Order: sequence, then structure tokens, then C-alpha cells
Amino acid sequence: MRTDESTFDRNTGRRRSVMDLVPHAILMLGVLVFAFPIYMTLVGSTWDAATIGRGNLPLTPGGEAWANYAAAWNESQGTRILHTPVRIMMWNSLIMALVIALGKIAISILSAYAVAFFRFPLRMVFFWLIFITLMLPVEVRIIPTYEVVANLGLIDTYAGLTIPLIASATATLLFRQFFLTIPDELVEAAKIDGAGAVRFFIDVVLPLSRTNIAALFVILFIYGWNQYLWPLLVTNSGNMETVVIGITKMIGNGEAATDWNLIMATTVLAMLPPVAVVVLMQRWFVKGLVDSEK
Amino acid sequence: MQRRVIFDNKALPYLLLAPQVAVTLVFFIWPAAQAIWQSVHLQDAFGLRAQFVWFENFEAVLTDPAYIDTLRITLIFSGSVTFLSLSVALGLAVLADAKIKGAGVYKTLLIWPYALAPAVAAVLWMFIFNPEIGVLGRALNDLGFNWDYRLNDTQALLMVILAASWKQVSYNFIFFLAGLQAIPRSVLEAASIDGASAVRRFWTITFPLLSPTTFFLLVVDIVYAFFETFGTIHALTHGGPGRATETLIFRVYQDGVVNHDLGASSAQSVILMVIVIGLTAIQFRFVERKVHYS
Repeated sequence: MRTDESTFDRNTGRRRSVMDLVPHAILMLGVLVFAFPIYMTLVGSTWDAATIGRGNLPLTPGGEAWANYAAAWNESQGTRILHTPVRIMMWNSLIMALVIALGKIAISILSAYAVAFFRFPLRMVFFWLIFITLMLPVEVRIIPTYEVVANLGLIDTYAGLTIPLIASATATLLFRQFFLTIPDELVEAAKIDGAGAVRFFIDVVLPLSRTNIAALFVILFIYGWNQYLWPLLVTNSGNMETVVIGITKMIGNGEAATDWNLIMATTVLAMLPPVAVVVLMQRWFVKGLVDSEK
Repeated sequence: MQRRVIFDNKALPYLLLAPQVAVTLVFFIWPAAQAIWQSVHLQDAFGLRAQFVWFENFEAVLTDPAYIDTLRITLIFSGSVTFLSLSVALGLAVLADAKIKGAGVYKTLLIWPYALAPAVAAVLWMFIFNPEIGVLGRALNDLGFNWDYRLNDTQALLMVILAASWKQVSYNFIFFLAGLQAIPRSVLEAASIDGASAVRRFWTITFPLLSPTTFFLLVVDIVYAFFETFGTIHALTHGGPGRATETLIFRVYQDGVVNHDLGASSAQSVILMVIVIGLTAIQFRFVERKVHYS
């Protein structure tokens, strides 16, 4: 099949410019499909609950933005719903995301270092043990994992929220892969200089891993911030709620007559940190994503 | 595989591995073993006595028409999400990869939805397609469609499929774009000079060269649709109306956490475990081999 485009020629500028518009049009449509739901959420967060509840939400922003965001951020009661103040939920989400991201990086870089730079009995057994976690997402072991956390008394604690998610086969594999590319000469030179394994790790391996750490951090921060099933299970008290869970609790049955203005303000706030991380750290983000899946 | 030059501490490697291995054993291996144990036992209501029942729990689950129905819904859901998010992402990536003005801007505008939690994506869609307050939900009703995804099975399934695919497009887009950028320009230019149309160039050169990426994403998207969309479904429809949007993973949560049916829930967990192990094995086997060379 031949399309119009095959007949274009670099000299016949006219047809070419028309053909050039098609990709732009389709891409813009794509951007629109992705931006529209976000735009409507922003608009929703700037009107009052009654306007939204009547189904009269305009397509342009209203004047209630400040009131809505302030109310969602500070207060625990809308006109129709009770909720945990967003500042508490955001704080919980932030702690969860940071501990998971940094924790995964820390324990993975250590185990990758052990596997790559030492030879010791049971090395491969440990390696496979870590590898197997890839095949055991929390969803396939919900109840028993919950029981373990409950027996350890970690329900409604930050430890319970984060530690069970902190093992990472992907990060370990990524660091190990990278460590295998560190030249032998570097290790030998360090040994001749009298540096031990710990020195070498701190002075050479850590600095060399900077980009990998940054890239992984972006991916893992988003992973942590967006957790759903696990926080749903291990948090009961409102003070431990994360913001993603908080939104669905606020929605409840999704009736028309609810504080949609507060829900939308909360949704916008919940989206901000991960979106900011992706947009501001785009370079590392793409690297992290592509590398960690290799 | 290991480095040639290594350190020779005796205890240090174990120390380095300890945190990761501890987390893995306590929160992954032990609960998974528990799930397997529970799946072949029948426990009394108080959890005091357990009887070994071979595969009775599995038999009960697999002969339950409701479970078969859940399986059918999961397949429709996963198939649709995978196909939709792959094809849309591929189309957009091909366009954004073409040397057009502003490709970088489109890239930024298309990748950020990756940062959204599946549950948040669901809330955005709910706010737009709610039949009473949503801009598009009301528009559909005004146009004479009988639109209410809270009551209509098919519409509910359509909603969760669209919300879940919408979120996954950006992920696929990033990988397709990376894959496209790795294809040598000279090959495409040669075909262009030989008079191959854009469509022909795509199907005979680009698409086959992209097959490793496509295959990898196929597996990732299936895993996503199976496991990570729990938040989407929980936030959007709670599995309803009735059980119209209950996928396997939602069912495990429902039976285990909500209905406290340990035997059934753990049998389902084990079934899911087998599915993940299968998918991971396929992924590692074929990604290593680079599909299109074989």
C-alpha cells in the first residue's frame, strides 16, 4: 500500500508541509487526551461543592481555589464528609515514599556489592533468594504478609508501612550489573594502596554509582508514593493514612452530593510530588526506567 | 558471572547481605510459604486446627462458576488494557520520533502520566465520566446514551479498561521511543530512497526491529493489568456493579481481607503465584534472546 507521503519530494515543499501537520495533529490529540482529565480536576478544585454537585461544573476555573485547598490541607471536616487533613496524609506519603526509595537503594547497593565483589559459600543461594522476590508481589501473599506484620505489632506504624516493601531484586540486579563494569585495575590499585572493601565502597563505588542512584531514586520514589494495596491493609487509623488511600476514602460511594471540591483539591495535591519529580528529573527518570527494566 | 579481582573478607559479605536477606525471608519467603501451606489445608473458624486436604481448596476455587467468571473478566480486561496501551503508545512514539519540530515538548507532555497512581487515574476518570456530575458523563446522557457505569456491567468494565490503559500508555511510550531511537537511520533512509512508503517502511523495518521492545512491554503490561490495577478497580468500581469488574487480584483481596476465607484466598494466591512465575520466566528467557534475531 502506498500512501500520499511516498510521493513527496524535498523540492515540492507544499505537499510536505501539509503532511507534516498530520503528526502534529495526532500528537496534540494525544496530549489533549492525557491533559484533559487533569485539567478538569484542576477546574473542579476551584469551584464550590454545590456547583459541582448539581452537575454544573464549567470548563473554566472558578474562584474557590484558595478556600478549597486551605480546607482540604488543614481541616478534617467538609460539609458532608470527614477526612484526615491532607497535610497529615501528605506527610505520611512523603515518609513512606522516601523510606521505601532510600531503603531499597541502601539495602540493594549493599547486597549487590557483596554478590559482585566477594566470593563466599552460598553466594548464589543468596542471589537467587533475592531474585525470587520478583515473583512474589505483595498481591500474591496478602494475608500471610499481613499476619507477619500484625504479629510483629507493626500495624499502623511507619515501619509496617515501609519495611515489607523494601526488598528489591530489580535494584540489586541493576547495581550488580553496574559493578561488573568497574575495571579490575581500579580494584587492584585500591588494594595496593591498602584500601579494604569498606574504604573502596565508600571512596570509589558510591561516587561512581551516583547517576544510578539518582535514576533509581526517581523511579522508586514514585513507586513508594503510589502504593495502594499495602497501605490499605496495614493502616487503620486516620493519622496513618496516605494521601492516595485518603482520596478513595473521601469519595466513598461516589455520590453526587459530596465535597467534590475538597476531593479534587486533595487529588491535585496528591499528584504534585510525583509529577514534579518526573518533570524536574526527566533525564534521570527515563534512564532509571529503561535501565531498571533491562 | 563474577568479577576476577575480589576482596577476601570472610564475614563482611554476609553482613552486607543481611538486611536484604532478612526482609526477604520475613516478608516474602515466609508469607509465600504460609500461603502455600494454607492453600492445602482447611482451617476451622478460630484458626486453631488445620487439616491437610490436598487440593480441595484449589478444586473448590477452580470449579466455582464465579471464579471462572472472574477469570474471564480478567482476561478481557488484561487483553484490552495491554492491546490499547501498546498500540496507542506505539503510534504516538512513532510520530514523536519522526524528525518534527517540538518532538521534545510532546515527549515531556506525554510521559508525566507515569507519575500518577493507578487509583488517582481512576479518580480523574470518575470525575469526568460520573453520570451525574462528570462533564462527559452528563454529555453522554444528554446525547441520549444511557450512561451509568455504576449500574451497567459493560460500561463499568469499559471504564476500568480505559482508566487503566490511559495510565499505562506513557510507560510504553518511553520504551518505544527508546527502542525507535536505537534503530539506525541509514536503514530507514535506504528504504525511503528505494521508494518504500512510510507505512511499508514501518511494517517491514521498524516494527520487526522493535519486536524485542514490544515483547518486553507485552509481558510488563500483562503483569500491570493483572496486579497493579487493583487500585484502579478499587477506587473506580469496587469490583462492581455486582462482580462485573472483579479481576483475579481483586477477588483475592475480597475473599481474604473482606470475607476472611483463608483457604480460598490462599489457593487463589498460589494460582496467581504460578502466573507471575510463568510470566517472569517467559520475560527472562526471551528478553535475553532478543526476539527478532532468533
